[in-house]
Amino acid sequence: MLRLKGTCVATLVMMVALGSGAHVRAQDHSGNYPPIDIENGALLYGANCAQCHGVNGDGMPGVELKTGTYKRAATDQDLARLLTTGIPGTAMPATALASGEANALVAYLRTMRDFNSPKVMVGDATAGRALFEGKGTCTSCHRVVGKGSRVAPDLSDVGATRGADFLWRKLQDPTAIMRPIDRPVHIVLKNGRTIDGRRLNEDTYSVQVIDTQERLLSIMKSDVKDYTISRTSPMPSYKDKLASQELADLVSYLVSLKGGM
Amino acid sequence: MTGRSLRSILGLLAAFALAAFVVPVALRAQVTSERLINSAAEPQNWLTYNGGYNGQRHSALKQITAANAKNLELKWVFQAQSLQTFEATPLVVDGIMYTTQAPNDVVALDAKTGRVFWMYRYTLPAEIRICCGQINRGLGMLGDTLFMGTIDAHLVAIDAKSGRPLWKTKVADNALGYALAVAPLVVKDKVIVGVAGGEYGIRGFMAAFDAKTGKEVWRFKIIPEPGEKGNETWPGTTWEHGGGSVWVTGAYDPALNLTYWGTGNPGPDWNPDVRKGDNLYTDSVIALDADTGQLKWHFQFTPNDGYDYDSVQVPILADASWNGQPRKLMYWANRNGFFYVLDRTDGKFLFGKPFVKLNWASGLDANGRPIPTRQPPGVETYPGLAGGTNWFSPSYNPRTGLFYVSVWENYRNVFSTNDQVYQPGRQYTGGRGANPIPHAPNIPTLRRGPINTWTEEQGTGAVIAIDPKTGNHEWRFPMNDVTDSGVLTTDSDVVITGSREGHFHVLDARAGNVLWKTSLGGPISSGPITYAVDGKQYIAVNAGNSMFVFALRE
Repeated sequence: MLRLKGTCVATLVMMVALGSGAHVRAQDHSGNYPPIDIENGALLYGANCAQCHGVNGDGMPGVELKTGTYKRAATDQDLARLLTTGIPGTAMPATALASGEANALVAYLRTMRDFNSPKVMVGDATAGRALFEGKGTCTSCHRVVGKGSRVAPDLSDVGATRGADFLWRKLQDPTAIMRPIDRPVHIVLKNGRTIDGRRLNEDTYSVQVIDTQERLLSIMKSDVKDYTISRTSPMPSYKDKLASQELADLVSYLVSLKGGM
Repeated sequence: MTGRSLRSILGLLAAFALAAFVVPVALRAQVTSERLINSAAEPQNWLTYNGGYNGQRHSALKQITAANAKNLELKWVFQAQSLQTFEATPLVVDGIMYTTQAPNDVVALDAKTGRVFWMYRYTLPAEIRICCGQINRGLGMLGDTLFMGTIDAHLVAIDAKSGRPLWKTKVADNALGYALAVAPLVVKDKVIVGVAGGEYGIRGFMAAFDAKTGKEVWRFKIIPEPGEKGNETWPGTTWEHGGGSVWVTGAYDPALNLTYWGTGNPGPDWNPDVRKGDNLYTDSVIALDADTGQLKWHFQFTPNDGYDYDSVQVPILADASWNGQPRKLMYWANRNGFFYVLDRTDGKFLFGKPFVKLNWASGLDANGRPIPTRQPPGVETYPGLAGGTNWFSPSYNPRTGLFYVSVWENYRNVFSTNDQVYQPGRQYTGGRGANPIPHAPNIPTLRRGPINTWTEEQGTGAVIAIDPKTGNHEWRFPMNDVTDSGVLTTDSDVVITGSREGHFHVLDARAGNVLWKTSLGGPISSGPITYAVDGKQYIAVNAGNSMFVFALRE
């Protein structure tokens, strides 16, 4: 069991991957990119990609670049080609890139989850899973591969979309980085019924939620008397609830969750 | 004459009148310049992108009213074989509808049933450089010929009866980021277009082409060269990649023989410091002589823009009283958040007032020039980069005297710059506008899936009715999501518009209340139109990947 303080996230992720043994790379690429390529790629990303995809790679709905794995590009060659040709039928434009630049951008995209991330302690994923399902009581709200509550977002693939630094901060200050669509809602209907839950979708006339009893409800706003969207996450901070090593274990477990179905 | 004889004669006259209405497909297929000038006289047709040269998107049809809008029902659907955003406005000429299926297919349909006469498929090269989706906004028409700009920067003429191409002219080089997304405007014997590509460091221009031959007749350079007036507003060689695109169709005043077009952002978009100066003629309205392309006047909305506030909105031309005097006016709700009234004979600024919250300027001076209040680094700027409104068409109803426009409220970005160097064919933006809310979608994408992760705290949409005399909002129809829908008004005083949420609305033009609505299941990203066939009024609107056509239940 490795318990190294101050190891960078890149090391953490690598160790999680190596330690799992069963983890198979769905994407065919070396994973080893020259640092100069990654740095050049970061500059190219800022100039060409960040406007739409955001600095964190999560600016486009349904697209999480930080996963480093992409549906349309299994190999690095696929990804480089996609960057230069764009994706017909989407807003993704073609970009004139020299081959070296395309390679640099690929290097950055494949590693951006770890690029310039703050240092986070490395933990043990097995211990983290025990915390998740036990002392941390995470499954009372979250679900992983069919086990746990559906009240909070399903975390079966959270490690594919979120880096260790994000998860570390999330555990310590859940409200600070809550996605707006995930904010809890409290609804009082005109007939007096109250509904507490999490928004799944909303438009001018209706809102779709999953409530605290895990029911999918579609509520017409014309039936609503009072509608409150809370800016405070219902998730507790684990900053003082778990020891630093326990937090690291939990992060290691979460990072290991890659979905895959 | 007996009553019976009179009835017989009246019956015959009615039959002739009906025949004149039913058979114009055969009799009136030629779209002449005169018909384009007098398009208001034939409201059963929709002859140009904006329905008429004045850009008003207002129809004299009034079969669909506030009272009977509840009886609207779906008549037919055209399902486009394209996953691109459906931004085209169709043309309707004597019972036949012509529209584009993005990127660059053209289709002719029976406007009554949706049955297809023909489809023309334009072949694009494998690699296309265009920002923000492979969009096409529609067609122009003269005689029996349709005109389409292509995203590989060509202009194509197509026979309206066979769907066969007649000529093709290269307008600019797509390898450098030039593209045509605009619906051409036909004026007299010329086809006028502008080029898109403002995110690629292009040098924008307008050009007119001979409708018969495709030969270029005139060109107006939106970014002037050294020695040309306006070049002094660009330091050094920055004019070479100064942007100034045109991607929404302008207007034309036949009496003044001036054609008016809104121009796009300067390049690089978000770094105004590298191009200190006004950066003419970006973010402006330009008034060009329709015969020569000569600039008659310009009015710049956003000098030295650092926010991407393209001024590609449709100019609305209205003849109305101003301070008690009849005047040739131009109404303009700009992406920068100000509503403007100009004198369209000379470009004189008459009035301006914010229509959404803004803080990039503290106001306008006596000449309409903004008083800039650039926000410090890290501070939110209102409106955000997509603007208080954008390209989607507004409408003006002369009966109510109100200007109707889709707007984004409480929407902002945090802007930052970088020192990007121009490279041919590559996006040249010089910074970015970031969403100030952590882990929220950055810019609202043009396309949406069925799940909406854009929330009210990032900004909301509305349709507002502006009194051009005061800038006041007469009413406001709020929506949860922001909106990209154009607006249509009619002589029956209804406002027809949609939303990103996929709702399609008929509103009361005087009060803004919903008279009828339906859900079309996909974002509405274009302007609805209305037309009539065999005396029946239809409304057509694109939503998602399809076009839906409605009329009153029989």
